[in-house]
Amino acid sequence: MSKALKNIIYNCKQATFLIEKRIAGKITAAEAVQLKVHLAGCSVCRLYQEQSVLINKLFTGLPTAGFKLDETFKSKLVKKLEEEINKN
Amino acid sequence: MQKEIDRNVNQPYKGSDPLKWVEQYADYLYGFAMSRLRNEALAKDLVQDTFLAALQGAGQFEGNSKEKTWLTAILKNKIADFYRKQLSGTLKDLKATDAENEQSDFFDAETGHWNEQYMPRTFGLETHDPLILKELGTILNACLAKLPRLWFSVFAMKHMDDLESEQICVELKLSSSNFWVIMHRAKLNLRNCLQKNWN
Repeated sequence: MSKALKNIIYNCKQATFLIEKRIAGKITAAEAVQLKVHLAGCSVCRLYQEQSVLINKLFTGLPTAGFKLDETFKSKLVKKLEEEINKN
Repeated sequence: MQKEIDRNVNQPYKGSDPLKWVEQYADYLYGFAMSRLRNEALAKDLVQDTFLAALQGAGQFEGNSKEKTWLTAILKNKIADFYRKQLSGTLKDLKATDAENEQSDFFDAETGHWNEQYMPRTFGLETHDPLILKELGTILNACLAKLPRLWFSVFAMKHMDDLESEQICVELKLSSSNFWVIMHRAKLNLRNCLQKNWN
């Protein structure tokens, strides 16, 4: 077994680092193998990975259809646009 | 009366009717902004700014791209500007090299094992429920606000649309290895903060 591979099996710090690289699509083939070996035996880091993906999703990927503006704000907005248009 | 105004103002806006924008696109744009900002007041502000900027630039709208696409592009720029402004003048707050020292207690220094206190535990959430996601998003904002500014900027810029890590390194004057150390540390902090605050 290579030294790099041995080093990662029990190293959660390195594994979570590689998880971040993989999520960003920047992991090398060798690193991907190391990570796979680690995750096969580490449920805590598997959970970390799941939650890390969730955080990214929270940051940009919330379902947009659930959000609606209230009518008061909308009518104010229309008024504002009208004012702006009439200035020109 | 209303109709007359409509007709007059329609002239300069080729194939585009600004008085219908709110009705047609406001909810969509608001959802788009909320999904990236998770802050109602701020999202409303940026939707309004988007419409106003669109009015200014309406002469440039040639009708060859869809109105909705055009407005969304303006909003995207507004969101990117918001995140950029967050980081202007704050880069001296924390040197990139501090990232490694600051949070070394997540893991055992020798073995790299999780330290008990910081070990991930399941959130126990139905994460497909939109309401729960919205609430988690609010907590995430509070957690983001606690990050050192440089880490926040790196994280935000990375996850905004269309920004490559190489580009971020140039803009923030970071080496590639510093970039990854910061991304890692920022995520460890955010995850830990969410775990602590979700109860």
